[in-house]
Order: sequence, then structure tokens, then C-alpha cells
Amino acid sequence: MEKSRAPFIEVKNLKVHYTSEGRVIHAVNDVSFSLNKGETLGLVGETGAGKTTIAKSVLRILPQPPAEVEGGEIFLEGKDLLKLSEDEMRKIRGRKIAMIFQDPMTALNPVMRVGKQIAEGIALHEKISAKEAEEKAKKMLEMVGIPASRYRDYPHQFSGGMKQRVVIAMALSCSPDLLLADEPTTALDVTIQAQVLDIIKNLQKEFETSMIMITHDLGIVAEVCDNVAVIYAGEVVEYGSREEIFDNPLHPYTIGLFGSLPDINSDVERLSPIAGMPPDAANLPAGCAFSPRCPYADEKCKSAPVGLERMEGTHCCRCIHSRSADKIKAKAAEKVC
Amino acid sequence: MTDSMAVAKGATMERKKKESQFSLVMKRLAKNRLAMAGLCITLLLFLLALLSPVIMPYAYDELNMIDRFAKPSLRHLCGADEMGRDIFSRLLYGARWSLALGFLATIISTAIGMVIGSVVGYFGGTVDTVVMRFIDILQAIPGILLAIAISACLGSGFANTIIALSIGGIPMTVRLLRGSIMGVRKMEYLEAAQTINCSVPRLIVRHILPNSISPIIVSVTMGIGNTILMAASLSYIGLGVQPPTPEWGAMLSAGRTYMRDYPHMVLFPGIAIALVVLSLNMLGDGLRDAMDPKLKK
Amino acid sequence: MWKYVVKRLLWMIPVLLGIAVVIFTIMYFCPGDPAAAILGNSATPAAIEAKRIEMGLDRPYLVRLLDYLNQVFLHFDLGTSYFQNQSVMSGILYRLPYTITIAVICMLLQILIGTPLGITAAVHQNGIADRICMVIALAGVSIPGFWLAMMLVLLFAVRLGWLPPYGVGGIQYFILPCIANAFAGIASQARQTRSSMLEVIRSDYIVTARAKGLSEREILYKHALPNALIPIITVVGNGMGMMLGGTVVIESVFSIPGIGMYTTSAINNRDYPVVMGGVLFLGALFSLIMLLVDVIYAYVDPRIKAQYEGQQKSWKRRKK
Repeated sequence: MEKSRAPFIEVKNLKVHYTSEGRVIHAVNDVSFSLNKGETLGLVGETGAGKTTIAKSVLRILPQPPAEVEGGEIFLEGKDLLKLSEDEMRKIRGRKIAMIFQDPMTALNPVMRVGKQIAEGIALHEKISAKEAEEKAKKMLEMVGIPASRYRDYPHQFSGGMKQRVVIAMALSCSPDLLLADEPTTALDVTIQAQVLDIIKNLQKEFETSMIMITHDLGIVAEVCDNVAVIYAGEVVEYGSREEIFDNPLHPYTIGLFGSLPDINSDVERLSPIAGMPPDAANLPAGCAFSPRCPYADEKCKSAPVGLERMEGTHCCRCIHSRSADKIKAKAAEKVC
Repeated sequence: MTDSMAVAKGATMERKKKESQFSLVMKRLAKNRLAMAGLCITLLLFLLALLSPVIMPYAYDELNMIDRFAKPSLRHLCGADEMGRDIFSRLLYGARWSLALGFLATIISTAIGMVIGSVVGYFGGTVDTVVMRFIDILQAIPGILLAIAISACLGSGFANTIIALSIGGIPMTVRLLRGSIMGVRKMEYLEAAQTINCSVPRLIVRHILPNSISPIIVSVTMGIGNTILMAASLSYIGLGVQPPTPEWGAMLSAGRTYMRDYPHMVLFPGIAIALVVLSLNMLGDGLRDAMDPKLKK
Repeated sequence: MWKYVVKRLLWMIPVLLGIAVVIFTIMYFCPGDPAAAILGNSATPAAIEAKRIEMGLDRPYLVRLLDYLNQVFLHFDLGTSYFQNQSVMSGILYRLPYTITIAVICMLLQILIGTPLGITAAVHQNGIADRICMVIALAGVSIPGFWLAMMLVLLFAVRLGWLPPYGVGGIQYFILPCIANAFAGIASQARQTRSSMLEVIRSDYIVTARAKGLSEREILYKHALPNALIPIITVVGNGMGMMLGGTVVIESVFSIPGIGMYTTSAINNRDYPVVMGGVLFLGALFSLIMLLVDVIYAYVDPRIKAQYEGQQKSWKRRKK
């Protein structure tokens, strides 16, 4: 990609919090990233790190209250989505940006025929007759591998994997420019996961869709993502191309994530999980959010916030020890062996 | 953040986890102004009913022919009835009857309903089918009609009215409890309890009931209000607790004859009934929201 | 589906038998002697005894019960009133229109006013409209219906003289009874609709609909409402039962000669055939309404329809 071209979507300093029973939960803290047309960005992190909140703020479908976007900008082709009126935003939802939800079991309206649920979005955005919308919806069903004859079935007649395909068909029905895939395979059986992922990948190629893939599965990241943002406690702790992250992880959290993965090539007795729990988002540490769990943290880490620093190429890392990352990795390797 | 602080924070988190479900519910309830108002009014009425002999301006049965049909004034806050008895005093004293009817009948019917419901819900099978068919039959008779028939059969009076009112309430509790027990029956923690040789009564009391109790508490609170309404209807059509007992429904029934010319005779007892039922409903709403916080905000 | 309906209709027979047994038993234990009541105060004990034998009241409980069940369920005869020389069935049919009119009007009021109120409240949750709707609804479920009826009579009939205070006649006679009887129903309908809507609005599929780009209005009416209606239908059914019960008291406030009044005055007179006939009839009516509710359920919720059609053997289990 040429450097001069403005990115297709750019999120700048996004901040979101929730209010719950008087406590303020800082879900997203100053997150920035950008994505070029046709590329895929992976948002990786533990449950509760704020990944879904980021995606929902892009589409502006966070429940407000309790959620509130405190600040930041989200540019889609130069327009700030956060400044659009609700009417303008509605034209973007489903048409330019679409979302695949995490849980196919609850994402479909149980009392509406699945075909109708797909056709509804098409009819809304493409100004075509109901008949044509139905035709197109049937085509979408076939594209995700469901016979068009099941157009008039209800969600309860489908298995989980098929429901997720319906959700995918729904999301892609208006050929959106950006697809937000929120853990699209987490709720599915392992055997179905690969199928669904293939469908998404093929359709993405066919429609030249950009995608933000939210996942905690590094295997999926390796398979579909061009760039990766590692999210921890609502912050990007490491950002880079897939190769940069996989070949040269710098942040102790990222290194920890890889340490938690079984590796068929190395002969280790035990996996090395990251010790401790993710921090309480209502009560974040003063310094580096990861410092309470970080084996390399020192007083400096715990006292002041750490900024995201550019290392080399596109590779950024939020760790004051990242310059000496080699040492960390050596230590980590030592521990594993 | 220093290490000791981190430890301290860990400790507070630990404590937060240990905070019981009960105290959490109570905290949420305390924040609900409507529910608190309901609770306060209910408690206040209880207190007034208990203390009525001390605070009543007149004895509830004190006749005073000069003041017959007196309009509300400083002398008689809510006026006087056809025999010159002070309506305000009668309302205060009558609160005992109305509250007692509502609470006792609801508690009795809930207790019976809970026993039947938990046995039926736990064992299922034939017991379940037989009992539920019987419940179907009871529920097919309009509640008030059933209460009227039973009350006619047993005759009027306090105890008989309680029986008449409680029988109608049993089916609902049975259904409610049976439903929630069926819901938790398949849960794995019950299997876990069975594997450590937990006896059946203990299983029901310690493991099943606590998990089905919150809808019951809400339904009891609301049920008391409904029972008070039903008791008043019964007295009104000449069954249940009868005049000269100053039960509120009975006072309405007695005042009915004079309502055209002396509306205060029916106005105040009705307001009293509505006030109790309203505060119980506010409390019940608050309890429901507190126990099921996903509906709040 | 039809198989299911027929099954439910057949199931009504044992339910009605059950109601007959229950109400017969209650009436059997009622103190007071119909024979004495018919003959009046001046009757000699011997005359009363003769009358008892004539009416068959001297026979044992079981014989009388079986005799009654035989008469009702095999000969479709509800018997004859002890006091008015009229068959119970024709007595009921004569009074039915009054009760049905009130119940149906109240039902319509409940659905047509209560549902929109609840939706408005849910959509503007915690707003002014919500607060107002909910205060009205809370008051509605807390005020005794017959007392409201008395107050309405005082205001509109006695003070203002706009409407007749009691009796039957033209449509103006039904206005006050219907308002008094429907108020609680409207209120509970509004409360149920609100909480059901609030729960549905939080579902994932509503987020899906929003992500599609639908307007809030479309989301509300196309996605939220059809789902929210499912639990509301039960409330409507039960509300109908409450209405039938409510008419019993309301009819006595307004001196409307409906089935409720017929039955309650018969209880006081120990006119057993009328009491049993009235209760049986109301029970049958209520069972039919509940059946109708279940059928409507199947049309609103495809999951339940599939259950009816798929595993008919276990339809009983559907009732949680």
C-alpha cells in the first residue's frame, strides 16, 4: 500500500466507558488503528478486553446508556462517523459497514423467517422490489451453502453453524465495504469453525471487503489477518503486520499469549499461562495496565502510564522494556525449557 | 502502585465476591425510592394498626348519635358513619383485620403451594401429572367465584375467610415453583449434590429452593395486595368478614347504602385499601427489579 | 395443529368433570337447607323433611354427585333452579349477553389501551412518559374495582348526572361498569407489555436489526413487538379470566343481571343447580379462552407451533 493514500478506515483515540451501578468501567482507552481497503485487521485479546466495544462503536450500536463514547474519531473514507446524524449513520449500517455477531444462537430474530431477515436489509439499502430482494436473499443463502428452499424456515430449525452462515449472509448481503467479524467462530464446533472461516474468507475476496476480525484465537489471526492489534484492558498494547507480531512479538503480554499456545514442534511439559487475572476495568492500575501480571515489571512500569512507541516498520509496542525485548524473550525461552 | 496496595486491592475484590446475594439485593432495593416508600408506608400501617388502641381518637365501636353521618372535620378526620362511629378510628383499628387477612392468607397459601410445588417439581412423573391436572381444574374456576363459594360454604368469620382466600392462591404458587424447579432440575450442580449422597429433602431445601426463591418472594409481596383486594370484594358482596367488624371491605359494604348522600363513608375506606395495595405493589416491583437487575437501566 | 386443538378440546371434558365435582362438593358442605329456604319460615319440620325427600336431598353424597354428573354430562341438562321455575341453561343463556358484552369490551380496552401504554413506557424508559404510564398502571392494579365503580357512580351519575348509576338498557349503561372493570386489566397489560418489551429490546437480535440499518421504528414494530407479544398473550388470557371474575363483583355494584350476579345470588339462596351450572359454564368459557390463547401462541411463535406439530405426545410438558 502506498503511504500517501488515506486509510480506508481510521480510528483515532477512541475512548468508551460504561456506567454500571455507580461504577465507571473504562472499556476502551485511547485506541487508534487504521485499515486500508481490502485488508484484514485482527483485534486480539482476552474476553472483556474491549474488542467488541470497539467494533460496536464503529457501527455506533452501543447501548447508550450505559455505554458512552467519551472521545475520539472514527473516519470512514474521510468522514467522521461519530459526528454523523442518526439518519446518515443508518445509511452506513448494513450498507457500508456490516457486522457478524458472536453468538448465532441469539443473533437471529426467533419469530421471523430467516430469508426475510436477510431480504429485509437488502430491500432497505438497494431500493429494489420485495421480489428482487427475495431473489437476492436466496442467492446469498446459496452462497453460504444453505439451499434456497430453506428461505421460509425459522431460526429454530437451523443448527448453530447454519445460523452463523445466515448471519454471515445477512452481513454480506449488501456487499459492505467493511466487515466487522466479532468472534464469528467462537460459539461453533471446531469442525464447523474452519468451514465458516473459509466462507468468510472467500466472500471477502469476492466482494473485496475490508475486515476487522475480532478473536482470541491466534490460529485464526495467522490464517486471515494482514495486520494485528493486540488489545489489553481497552488499550492497544502491540500493533504490527502479521509477520512482525508472529515473528517478533515484543510486548510481554503478546509473548505470554504465544506462550499459552501448545506448539507441536517444541517438546515442553506444560504450557506457560499468563499468571493472574485481567485488571478490573473500573479500577485500572495507574501505570502500565499489564504491570500487575507482568514478570518483568519494575517500579517505573507501575508508576506512570506507558505510551505506544513505534519500533520498526509499522510495528508499535506499549512497553518501556520493548527495546530490550530480546532479553525478555531469552528469559521466556529459558522459562519454557 | 505499590505491592501492598495491590494486595489491599486484591483483598477488597475478594470481599466483594463474598458479599452475599441477599445484601446485594438489599442494596439495590435501598436505592429504589419507590420501593422504599412502599416499604415505609407498609411498616407505618403495621405500626398504626398495632398502636391503634393508643392513638385512636375514639374507640372503634363508640356510638355517638349526635355525630351521625358527620362530615370530615377536625372532630372526625374522616367523618362518622350511620351510628356516629368515628371512621378514622375504625380505619386504624380495621387495618388489623385487612392486613392480617392479606398477610396470613397469602403466607398460608404460599407455604402450602411451595410444599406441593417442590414435591411435584422434583419428582415429576405420575405425581406431577395428577397434581397438575387438579391444579388445572382449580384454575379454570374464576378465583373470586371459588373464594365466594368456599366462603359461603364455610360461613363468614375471620378464620374461614382466610381459608377461602388461601385456597385460591395455591395453584399459582405451585405452578411458579414447579416451573422454576423444572428449570433447575437438570442443572449439573444438582447432580453434583447427588453424587455426594445428599438426601432428597436436603436437596430440595438447600439446593433447589434457594434458586427458585426470588420469584416466590416477589409473588408473595404482590399476592398480599391482591388478597387484600379480594378480601374486600368478599366482604363487599356480603361474605367474608362482616360488619360491625371494622374490616375495610365491610365498611365499604356498610357505607354503600348511604353513599349517595354521605360519600365520605365509602371514600376513605377505599383510599385506605388502595394505599396498602399500592405500597405493597411498589415494594414488589422494587424487589423484582432488585432481584433481576438486567431490567433496570 | 388441528390434532392439537381436538386433543385440547377433549381434555376439557375431564377438567369440566373436575370442576363439577369440586363445586358440587363445596356446595354439599354448605350450611343451610334449600328445602327450608324454599318453604319459607313458617314451614313445619315435617313439611321440610318431605320437601327434602322430594328434592332428593336426603340421598347420600356419592349418589347425588353421580346423579348430577350423569344429568350434566350424559344428558346435557344443568337442572332447574329451585326458586325460579326455569331451567339453569336458559337462565344462563338469558344472562349471557350482559356478561359477554362487559367482558369483551373490557378485553378490547385492555388490549387497545394497555399495550400502547406499555410500549410507550418501554421506549421512553425512565423518561417522563414512562413515569406517567407506570404511575397510572400502578394505581390501576392497586385500586379495588368495585370501589372505583362506586366512585365513578358518585361522580358521573350522582354529581354530574351524565350516566345512569345502575341497571341495564342502552350502551350508556355499560360505560361505567366497563371502565371500572377494565382499569385493572389495562394497568396490568401496560405493566406486562413494558417489562416484556424492555427484555426484548436488550436481545442480541435487536442489535442485529440495528446493525442492518433499520430505523428505530422498524426495529420496534417489526422485530421487538412480535417477540414481546409472546409473553403478553398469556397475560391477555389470564386477564380474560380476571375479567370474568371481575364481572361477578361489578355486576352486583351496577345491578346488572349477568351470569356473575346470577351465580352469587344463587350462592346466598342455596340454589345449588344454578351455582353449579354457573360455575361450570364460566369454567368452560375460561378453558375455551385459554385454548384460544394457546392456538394464537402457535401462530405468533413458530417454535411453539413446531412443538405442537412435532411432538404431540408431550404437549403437556410445554406448560413448563
